[in-house]
Amino acid sequence: MTGIIYGFPRIPLKAILMQVRLRRFYSSAVVLFLWLSGANAYATLNIEIFGGGATQIPIAIVPFAAEEKISQSITPVVAADLQRSGLFRLVDPAGLRPHEPVEVSYPDWVNRGAGALVIGSTTILAGGQVAIRFQLLDVAKQEQLMSYAETVPAEQLRAAAHRIADMIYEKLTGDVGVFSTRIAYVVKQGKKYSLQVADADGYNAQPVIEYTEPIISPSWSPDGTKLAYVSFENKKPVVYVQHLATRARKAVANFRGSNSAPAWSPDGSKLAVVLSLMGGSQIFLINADGGGLQRLTQSSGIDTEPSFSPDGRYIIFTSDRGGSPQIYRMPVAEGVSRSAERLTFEGSYNVSPRYSPDGKSFTFIHRGGGGFNVAIQDMATRQVQLLTDSRFDESPSFAPNGRIILYATEIKGRGILSAVSSDGRTRQQLSTQAGDIREPAWGPMRRLQN
Amino acid sequence: MKKVVAVLLISLLTACASQTKKSDAEVEDKSAGAKPATEAPRATTEAAPTLNPLTDPNNILSRRSVYFEFDSFVVKDEYKSLVGAHAGYLRSNPNARVLLQGNTDERGSREYNLALGQKRADAVRYAMTLSGAKESQIESVSLGEEKPRASGHDEASWAENRRVDIRYQGE
Repeated sequence: MTGIIYGFPRIPLKAILMQVRLRRFYSSAVVLFLWLSGANAYATLNIEIFGGGATQIPIAIVPFAAEEKISQSITPVVAADLQRSGLFRLVDPAGLRPHEPVEVSYPDWVNRGAGALVIGSTTILAGGQVAIRFQLLDVAKQEQLMSYAETVPAEQLRAAAHRIADMIYEKLTGDVGVFSTRIAYVVKQGKKYSLQVADADGYNAQPVIEYTEPIISPSWSPDGTKLAYVSFENKKPVVYVQHLATRARKAVANFRGSNSAPAWSPDGSKLAVVLSLMGGSQIFLINADGGGLQRLTQSSGIDTEPSFSPDGRYIIFTSDRGGSPQIYRMPVAEGVSRSAERLTFEGSYNVSPRYSPDGKSFTFIHRGGGGFNVAIQDMATRQVQLLTDSRFDESPSFAPNGRIILYATEIKGRGILSAVSSDGRTRQQLSTQAGDIREPAWGPMRRLQN
Repeated sequence: MKKVVAVLLISLLTACASQTKKSDAEVEDKSAGAKPATEAPRATTEAAPTLNPLTDPNNILSRRSVYFEFDSFVVKDEYKSLVGAHAGYLRSNPNARVLLQGNTDERGSREYNLALGQKRADAVRYAMTLSGAKESQIESVSLGEEKPRASGHDEASWAENRRVDIRYQGE
């Protein structure tokens, strides 16, 4: 990476988001997407944005030189990623096709209303690899903000496009992009349950495992190589860990009674699981290979849905020890007092907590007058903000940059995935061509492959 | 026929003799399991001797579901004879093993409902052990909201799904 120059007249992100307005929207766009995606072998997720504001960053993305000759064009992927974030507005190049900085006539782009400009090229090399190069330009200052080049195999062109979108997003917003990450979720179609992993934009959906019995609670290992999940294939819930690359899997919690709610420790060495082994539903720690059973919570009721703090020192979890399900926090380390502290006090049903990546807040499901909704609570101030107004929201999980929360909801009796910005101002819906989709989990950051 | 009646008599006797003890499950109704099988013999009078009592439709043992109120894990009085009859069967068949599967309606968190279904299954297990079945014969697990018998989104379906199913090993 070369030519990083600061000085782009950034619109402060907060100022943008202050003006992003949430609006309610129903399923006509979804229906269109269902129709468009009908030909795919596997259920491809399609994503529609509901929200977005007037003060987005105006960006023009010129189709890269010769990209129509490669199997997967780069710029449509980059443009869709940036638009989906809700923070960008795409400006039509309207016939201009510069591919090198010297070919750029800045006044033309000022006239088109672009604040940022992306140009580049692709070259097919001997052996089928593709060399990609791009520049990000500041239109107002007439400066190059960044320049980047890499060579990838043809089958990694989408991944390369997501990396480019991440770089642009980071440069222009100052935040970390999550376009190269993956999501996991469960699709129920007829009597079949399919645990799937897809790119964050819904493409490349691949089944991890398929059964005629339910699968719930997928949880990503911190390095993104494994999924823990709960399968009912043996007449009762059992926790499995499966390697995504090799597909090898192992029952890591198959004790007498029910086994569920796996959550990885941040270092990937342990799992918190919920077992009924010793009565009730209580939280235990096990090693990632299933050994080393150790009890964490001690109550006579329900303790479930553990989530580790990013530093691994605490878990937050759901417990009915106070008479209704509420969210509690307790330290994990041995030798310290493991007394649990109640965190939620508003309402009689607060469940499914998940720590934010910076550990400063948590998201959860709150039952209020209107239904079950995604909420976020600040750890320090304990201030609660409701982020949705739907009726049946479940299973919220943070994007690894903490900016977006993915969750399951329902439209007309059908389960779908939605995402809401963690300030509640923009919302997206994700859909598949058929089936009930539920139990989403946003995967960890992937390292750039240079 | 004789055998079935004997089983039920044993069930009655052991139920009366069994000691009450604290359970891990919070059974709000303190009388849970204390008066089992009072109606059981009536249901067996027409049983054909060649039939498997577990599947004979005229035998109470063929009834396998215990239903619960919303957000409750209390075994209602109307199911105590049923639970007691199964406890008696386990008592007189020491090699029999039973799986109790707790279920909930679809509302709320899947994992929390899994734990709630576990409480229901544990409540039935507790009632069975009070009636003389051995802990080692019973495994209580939960299916939460994942295996609804009724697929509707109304109170009738939800009521059908708030239940514990009794499944014998090998079934």
